[in-house]
Amino acid sequence: MSLLELQGVSMAFGGLRCVDNLDLHVDAAEILSVIGPNGAGKTTLFNLITGVYEPTDGDIVFEGRSIKGLSPHRITQRGIARTFQTLRLFLNMSVRENVMAAAYGHTKAGVLRSILRTPGMRREEQEIRELAEQRLAFFGERLTGYRWDQPAYSLSYANRRRLEIARATATNPRLLLLDEPAAGMNPKETQEITELISQLRDEAGYTILVIEHDMHVVEGISDRVVALDHGVKIAEGSFDEVATNARVVEAYLGTGAAERK
Amino acid sequence: MSEGPRIGKDEWVARAGENIARNRLLRLFDRIPGWARLLAFVVGVALIPLITDDGYINAVVFDTLIFCLLAIGLNVVVGWGGLLDLGYIAFFGVGAYTYAILSSEKFDLHLTTPVVMVIAVVLGALLGFLVGLPSWRLVGDYLAIVTLFVYQIFISIVTNGHDLFGVDLTGGVNGIANLDPFDFFGLQIPVSHEGIFNSNYVYVALAVFVAVFVALYLVNHSRIGRSWRALREDTLAAELMGMPTDWLKLLAFAFGAAVAALTGSLFASLKVGVFPETFSLTLLITVYAMVILGGVGSQTGAVLGAVAVYVFLEALRDPDVSGWVFYVSIVLALLFLVRPRWMVAIVLAATAAFGFVVHAVVGAIDDSWTAGAPPDSDRITRLLDSWVAIPANPGDAKTLAYVSLVALLLFVTTLKGVWRWAALVPTLYLAAFVWENVLSLQPDVTRFVLLGAMLVGVMVTRPSGVLGEHRVEIV
Repeated sequence: MSLLELQGVSMAFGGLRCVDNLDLHVDAAEILSVIGPNGAGKTTLFNLITGVYEPTDGDIVFEGRSIKGLSPHRITQRGIARTFQTLRLFLNMSVRENVMAAAYGHTKAGVLRSILRTPGMRREEQEIRELAEQRLAFFGERLTGYRWDQPAYSLSYANRRRLEIARATATNPRLLLLDEPAAGMNPKETQEITELISQLRDEAGYTILVIEHDMHVVEGISDRVVALDHGVKIAEGSFDEVATNARVVEAYLGTGAAERK
Repeated sequence: MSEGPRIGKDEWVARAGENIARNRLLRLFDRIPGWARLLAFVVGVALIPLITDDGYINAVVFDTLIFCLLAIGLNVVVGWGGLLDLGYIAFFGVGAYTYAILSSEKFDLHLTTPVVMVIAVVLGALLGFLVGLPSWRLVGDYLAIVTLFVYQIFISIVTNGHDLFGVDLTGGVNGIANLDPFDFFGLQIPVSHEGIFNSNYVYVALAVFVAVFVALYLVNHSRIGRSWRALREDTLAAELMGMPTDWLKLLAFAFGAAVAALTGSLFASLKVGVFPETFSLTLLITVYAMVILGGVGSQTGAVLGAVAVYVFLEALRDPDVSGWVFYVSIVLALLFLVRPRWMVAIVLAATAAFGFVVHAVVGAIDDSWTAGAPPDSDRITRLLDSWVAIPANPGDAKTLAYVSLVALLLFVTTLKGVWRWAALVPTLYLAAFVWENVLSLQPDVTRFVLLGAMLVGVMVTRPSGVLGEHRVEIV
């Protein structure tokens, strides 16, 4: 059974159908890439899965249960976490706090226990702290040590992208949605992030759905690729199958491009 | 290579930025642990009634603590939650009226104060939830306007509360009088003792303050406080990282409201009565000024802001003090703004000379122009007696001087080079004239003008408040 299944999902803003009758499934422990030209509906797809938008039609099923209509924080608590194409870190909080904050969904201490500083609350706080440091350690030395207490705004662009991934993993997800993880990175950093995404699956065990424009990254990581255009799935399969698909080439390069090639 | 943290270029830049934002004195203050600061504050306040039995001073200390409580409560909503709540003072009023209704002759109810406080806190929190509901859809100024109407609704209800569906609940504009003094399960603390303010109220307020301060501190340093800050930074990202932002917003509102209501009940226990006009917009703005001055989001800053602003406002009731503040701040402003520094000396000397000449000339033309009695014969005024012209019958000259001062100030800003310094001389003299003849005669108005000037000065030099964290909106 698939981990995530979209069944005939549509999203319309007034007359504009950004996602149109889309069927999509993500199997456990796979890396699925979504590609498509600008405005194809990729980020809308992420917003639908994470509950930012409620689909106008169809159903979204995660681990056998429908998550349609749940508020975003409930969906995250069910086990889906994401990063953002335009980074959305808590800029004025420290690196460690950014990650600790994301542990909210699976921790319990309420107002009263916080004021009374019960042993359970202290233990939980300690656990969140260790969890955050461990998640940050996944990225080697870049986000550890003296960086823990620095505000997120002091990080470089590439490190902010890494911090976003660390923050998403602190929600203890099973499915990780990465929205253009390699955007704005130089070739060396892109190479690193490619390896890192594979590690996230192989070592940490996350299932990953990724939107990416850099075809080298897509080729390097994907088990399967789905191509979208105007909210419709135009191709699905291995990277080679999709990359040579006539409709995909047409979507990117325009009508007739496939023939001329 | 040496041990210790390796610092890359990014860090070096970030550290340098921090150093620029926080000067040496503040960094020294940062190094004092939180509990030590609180202890110093508590001991300092607790000693005041022992040092002096001046009823006025002790009453000011009590009121300062009330403002400290209001400021740290507002800091929860505005500083930590990032929600602009302009209805805040309504909750303070709710607490005060709760006390007045449950502990006075009004309905012949005389509940003990701790019970009233619990009721006020619960009521405040519930109303806070209600007022917080618009925050699910509204942010920033939009939320501020809606909450401002909540405040207006409160004022309307209490002013017309003498006939609320046939029941006299709040006494309308006359308020509720003859409140019981603070009562701890039968142990009463009379408001005045042998005709002077009972300093025991300072200790009651101090105890409440410490309890609230510590509780809020602990909540802030927990997962709740962390998620408040996260939602302030980016509500959508917080929601998508598993935080129930709608609930957290309500919780912030409820916390602020509960603190305000508790403070209101404490405030009322000291007063003879509560009236609608106590809960004015001026009060709201004053509390906001305290939080902003201290640094939005910093609890210590809120306390510091409350103490500074309230003590400042009280001190300025005295014309002597306000005179000193006026002249000293002008000299300080010149020292900060005028470059090169020796130019300050020249400008001041020229102003002094200019003043003596004007005084002599005007006095020679018409005696009555310098015959006016100084409002108070304190040191400054005596010093200035032969310098500033104080007419016996200023009449329209007051208005004329005030208007021309504003015009001159605007004019000076448009000038460049030596002309600016030249024009500054008569402007400064005119400012002194206006001060002595107009402003110092109305301390109640002037103190807010001076407070405003102080706020502008502090906020220009430290945009995020005295203890506020250097914050970045977009990078």
